[in-house]
Amino acid sequence: MTTAGPATATAVQTDLDESAAPGRNPARQRTSWLLTIFVLICVGYFLLPLFWLVVASTKSNADLFSSFGLWFANFNLFENIKNVLTFQDGVFIYWVINSAIYAVVSAVGASFLSTAAGYGFAKYDFPGKAVLFAITLGAIMVPIAALTVPTYLLFARAGLTDTYFAIILPSLATPFGVFLMRVYAADAVDNALIEAARVDGVGELRIFFTVALRLLLPGSITVLLFSLVATWNNYFLPLIMLNTAEKFPLTVGLALWQSTAAGGSGSRALFSTVITGSLLSIIPLVVAFLFLQRYWQSGLATGGVKA
Amino acid sequence: MSTLVNAAPEVATSAPRRARLTAAKRRQYGAAYVLVLPFFLIFVAMVIVPLVYAGYLSFFRKRLIGGTSFAGVENYVKALTDPLFLSGVGRMAIFLVVQVPFMIALALFFALALDSGMMKLAKFSRLAIFVPYAVPGVVAALMWGYLYGPDFGPFAQIGRALGMGPPPFFSQTGMLFSIMNIVNWSFIGYNMIIIYAALRSLPSELYEAARVDGASEPRIAWSIKIPAVRPALLLTVIFSVIGTFQLFTEPKLMATLAPNVIGTAWSPNLYAYNVAFVNQDANYAAALAFLLGIVIMIVSYIVQLSTQRKERSS
Repeated sequence: MTTAGPATATAVQTDLDESAAPGRNPARQRTSWLLTIFVLICVGYFLLPLFWLVVASTKSNADLFSSFGLWFANFNLFENIKNVLTFQDGVFIYWVINSAIYAVVSAVGASFLSTAAGYGFAKYDFPGKAVLFAITLGAIMVPIAALTVPTYLLFARAGLTDTYFAIILPSLATPFGVFLMRVYAADAVDNALIEAARVDGVGELRIFFTVALRLLLPGSITVLLFSLVATWNNYFLPLIMLNTAEKFPLTVGLALWQSTAAGGSGSRALFSTVITGSLLSIIPLVVAFLFLQRYWQSGLATGGVKA
Repeated sequence: MSTLVNAAPEVATSAPRRARLTAAKRRQYGAAYVLVLPFFLIFVAMVIVPLVYAGYLSFFRKRLIGGTSFAGVENYVKALTDPLFLSGVGRMAIFLVVQVPFMIALALFFALALDSGMMKLAKFSRLAIFVPYAVPGVVAALMWGYLYGPDFGPFAQIGRALGMGPPPFFSQTGMLFSIMNIVNWSFIGYNMIIIYAALRSLPSELYEAARVDGASEPRIAWSIKIPAVRPALLLTVIFSVIGTFQLFTEPKLMATLAPNVIGTAWSPNLYAYNVAFVNQDANYAAALAFLLGIVIMIVSYIVQLSTQRKERSS
């Protein structure tokens, strides 16, 4: 980087907690109770649906209709969970496993590809670099969802629809991840270190795998987490690509149950199952998210500060 | 994305003498290609090829009798005069001028509030506002759908208890705001964190002097902090523009609760889906997808251009 200003990647590894920002002392500011109360009311809005989901998951189908939505009735959570896990021969368990496979394989792959490419762009000068990077940046703005229908048609010709590849392959291409990793690699890997390794006669790729990769890891984990969420939450792509219920991820499966539940009074009994299934489906990500928040925030910092 | 290009780091290798390729240089080129190519192979196969294929398909038509034949710009003419497609694009335009500014303004407000140091429970608030981002769009739409619902939705229950009947969440206009609310709920926190991260990385010297001079916190926010995080704001706006035009999950799930209100073309993406999979017209769907992509590119470009001009004039 030629300009060392506020927008350097030091922010990348900084925990965003108050204590971690040097030279800042927000505690000195007088507390504004008006501001605090207003923001906390808004926080109530953000937590309301999640609170409702927890409450509704503990209710039997009959209680959903007969009791007030935002408070508990008879505790029926375990019965509901049993219903979720056994309904339609336990297809929900397939969905959980599928979501995990799609998300983990895509995220690890996308993260590795982005890391290698980002490092290549940051640390090497090579013919065609400017054009290739410009194409990558331009693609950040390509509406991927608008590409899903043509991708499906291509995959249908290649016989790839209704396979795991149909979900994983499109999820591997993350231009924004390459951009993030280029910015990250520029500062995280010292050029002197690379030069020193070269002088020692270490090959270029070995430098990447043995020296650079370790330094790039925090950035790579950030890209990994974002791809993980993007794939875990994706609905449009699997909806189009998959036909077999046993290959669905959670999103497609739950949406299917929801439409069955809404379909007729005969299947009313499904409501509590859909709701409890939704609760179960968000627990892994919400937990991962709370424990790994440092990476989320620092990753967004790289993108937001540097863009 | 010219702003992104400008921000890209300088070439890090030592200043190359433009003479001839040394062996070391050649080795470095080779390594660079090995590093960059795996991504590019996937990228070309999964982004460029579908893009080109969509373009190709969009110039053909398929009839039950006569098979596939070249159609020129017929599909595009049809799309540009298709009231269903245009109404979807119009709805997204409303999103763009109502929902996106509202969402970014709130995200900016929360980010500034958390950064001001004037709040109790700031860390908890930050997490609580951001947590919806971890909830899949399907589950968000599903939860809000039930919350809005006339049967066991708490709003309808309260409305009935007060003798007013359920609120019109699923009416024609109501649905627009109902879906805007789901999108806001899902993405305010995400945008807030981007802006907040940018705020945290500002050096405090930037506004310490103003504070000593007695400038109020809102004044500092308006005159110093907001201009300083403009790049982050631009990023959130561009991501929101792209996200808005691709809206699919929320209307698709709402369609099961209020099929007559959503119809087949509530959003352009939903329409392209229905054209491709219900009407089985891949050629027309490809033209719609292509047009949608062009619309998004143009709008993002205009957003960037207008902010750059503002920066230059200030």
